[in-house]
Amino acid sequence: MRPSVVTAKAEDVLKDASMIKQKEMMAKHYERLSSAPETGAKVASTFVPGNLNELIMCFDLVNNLPEVNAIQSGLRKQSGSYIMEAERAGHSEDVCTYVKSDIGMMMKGNIGPNGKKLPDPDVLLLSYTGCFTFLKWFELLREQYKCPTIFLQTPYMADGKVTPNMVQYMVKQFKETVIPTLEEVSGVKFDIDRLREYLKKSAQAEDDLVYILETGKNKPSPIDAYFGGIYYIGPIFGAFRGTDDAIDYYKFLREEVDQRLLKGLGPVTPDGPMAEEKYRLVVEGPPNYTSFRQFWKMFYEEGATVVASSYTKVGGTYDYGFRHDPDRPLESLAEYCLGVYTNRSLPMRIDMLSDYINEYEADGLLINSIKSCNSFSAGQLLIMREVEKRTGKPAAFIETDLVDPRYFSAANVKNRLESYFQMVEQKRSGKGAAA
Amino acid sequence: MKTFVGIDLGSTTTKAVMMDEDERILGRGITNSRSNYETACSVATEEAKIDARFTLFRREFGAAGALDDQVEEFLGALERSFRLEQFLEQLGDLEETCVKLVRGERFEKIGDGVKAALAEVFSRLRSEAPAMYAPDADRKSDFFRDIAGSRYLAVAEEVGREAGVSYDVLLNVYDKSIIAVENRPPSGKLNEKFKAAMQRVSQENTGAATILGEKAEHALGIELEETYLVGTGYGRVTLPFSKEHIRSEILCHGLGAHMMYPKTRTVLDIGGQDTKGIQVNPDGIVENFQMNDRCAAGTGRYLGYIADEMNMGLHELGPMALKSKKPARINSTCTVFAGAELRDRLALGEAREDILAGLHRAIILRSMSILSRSGGVADEFTFTGGVAKNEAAVRELKKLVFENYGEVKINIGAESIYTGALGASEFARRAAHGRIEGVEA
Repeated sequence: MRPSVVTAKAEDVLKDASMIKQKEMMAKHYERLSSAPETGAKVASTFVPGNLNELIMCFDLVNNLPEVNAIQSGLRKQSGSYIMEAERAGHSEDVCTYVKSDIGMMMKGNIGPNGKKLPDPDVLLLSYTGCFTFLKWFELLREQYKCPTIFLQTPYMADGKVTPNMVQYMVKQFKETVIPTLEEVSGVKFDIDRLREYLKKSAQAEDDLVYILETGKNKPSPIDAYFGGIYYIGPIFGAFRGTDDAIDYYKFLREEVDQRLLKGLGPVTPDGPMAEEKYRLVVEGPPNYTSFRQFWKMFYEEGATVVASSYTKVGGTYDYGFRHDPDRPLESLAEYCLGVYTNRSLPMRIDMLSDYINEYEADGLLINSIKSCNSFSAGQLLIMREVEKRTGKPAAFIETDLVDPRYFSAANVKNRLESYFQMVEQKRSGKGAAA
Repeated sequence: MKTFVGIDLGSTTTKAVMMDEDERILGRGITNSRSNYETACSVATEEAKIDARFTLFRREFGAAGALDDQVEEFLGALERSFRLEQFLEQLGDLEETCVKLVRGERFEKIGDGVKAALAEVFSRLRSEAPAMYAPDADRKSDFFRDIAGSRYLAVAEEVGREAGVSYDVLLNVYDKSIIAVENRPPSGKLNEKFKAAMQRVSQENTGAATILGEKAEHALGIELEETYLVGTGYGRVTLPFSKEHIRSEILCHGLGAHMMYPKTRTVLDIGGQDTKGIQVNPDGIVENFQMNDRCAAGTGRYLGYIADEMNMGLHELGPMALKSKKPARINSTCTVFAGAELRDRLALGEAREDILAGLHRAIILRSMSILSRSGGVADEFTFTGGVAKNEAAVRELKKLVFENYGEVKINIGAESIYTGALGASEFARRAAHGRIEGVEA
């Protein structure tokens, strides 16, 4: 018989201890953020890809990430009404839904996930890493908050490599624009040794993160590198990189994953430990957050584990060897920004996904193409074709959105996913089965 | 004998294909999906079983040699007679249901009159039924709802007028009953109905009918054992099937098309709710697919809206579009905008056939985009799904395929609507043979 449909209540959802810890960390961060007016802390709004958290901390600024706020709104089923609010104000249906969720949230009083008002930013630190929408987004926020805006230009990796010129160009911006403006806004003098100290801590956490993500090479994989991966990247891509909290979290997570690895277990899903690992996938593109649980369920119910994903590299491609380096502080910040996934050219993305399929012995590539994200979506068909050609493994497309609930058609996604899994199965069982 | 059934629960129609152990199709059945997939499923399966009986009759007669003309005549008569039996049975059910509804306060005063009128209506319907199933009769639909419905409405109006019973009351009773009847799978044993039909045929015919009748009796004795069943299509999840009995329609269409046309490499399926471009390898294994996203633009649904908007039958759209000499350029395939664009153009004085031709082209353009995303159109190309029956759509498709991909053989079969169910039945057959990994027979 068909497995009965289990609708877990919030309290029934199974979480790893690390997930609970991660949640607590995020809650702590939001408390710090929302209490900024009382504590007198100043706030810098910035983006996730290639963020400069260590640098921001050098000026005692609290890091606010509008993308993460939009994700939180999506997970809490708030983004739909925020998006509608922004659309009522005239924003087009086709614009990035992170932007509209953020703008809508602002219009409705800017209440954060902890139910408290988020503070107005004192500075907007716009680090461009492959997404042009960021520019327009911060223009809108600047209009609203009338605060200084710093634009850190990160050269696009069109030729697939970082040149000394690129690094110099960025370091120059740090020295001439970014650091002086942050000093001015915060009133704190820049201390390079403080930065070195933070970078040292970042590297330590990064080592553990890479270790964890690479456990996906095991069979079964003890982690889900997409759905579970979202939890794993929270602290390092958010406000915790460079802190002891991040070091502790990744150490804790590493031990947890090691335990599962030792026992030969798969990842933990919201409905309990993953049963048999039937399909190993590499996923490209961001997830859908408004139906996150439902979306994940479509995978684990079929026995599909994501062993590697590109999305978990949007805030840094550490598995390709990069580490923040206290000995070359500003240079290493520049290299970090340059190397993030969204700043990588199509050929680089193709190489990366093909490598993942081979190294993680995946059954194929699945692309979640995001309706409102032109930055990620353009070129995905080319990526798909090329990866298929190189690896000989089947690839498929599903289409959803980041945080717009209107663009998640469960029946359509499920239909395609099931077809894909069955296609993988058919291909695996070879010609005999279809003769 | 062992049989394998594939059921394609589409959004508009439900199809079933029954296959034997040698991969030969025994029978096909189709019904409208209604809101009740379970009934649709059992009706379609029963229809496939009925069709399978006819295949078995043919096989039986084939062994007899000769008698070719008489065989066709006999089978034709048998089928009509069988359909009549079926129709009468459902008509009886409809009458009973209608009469049961005539009770309570509302009918206190008029109840007897209404009952008498109903008796008269159904008596007339019964008496005209044999003519509907006469050799040359032309039925617009095979669905009970369509046939009985249109006649009931006409006859009730007449009877009501004569008997002084309100037409609205008769209409209301019918409306409430037809859904119940339609959602009840036909009762009674198939073999009994066949026997009754055969008796009727042998009464009307002489000669070969007796010999053939005997052979048919023998064929009726062959048990059709449902060995394995596979469901596909959007309604599949609502069925009490285990996971092993469900296959995605993309794979089913791919395999079905491969079985019908083994050289197929590309399949386009335009169904009621979605459009799929599928690439298959020489073994019928799906290599790649793309389908429309949550938006129904460019699917059969779009044509449905247009038909409603124009107050026309769905099947009338194609023929009208074919009359166009100067198709309108329509850019929007948006189902929601379709009505607005249509009215706008009509207001501008454009001819209906030109607008319709443009709309058909718009749908196919959208399919071309899905096809190219799936990897283009390769030789041979098979077009399946309900829209494949629309000649205007087919004409546009042929034109655009030629413009974009050159000379490509395009397969469109009369039975193409059964492609998904065919693939499903083959999956059932293979599963039963333990040829699919992880699937137990």
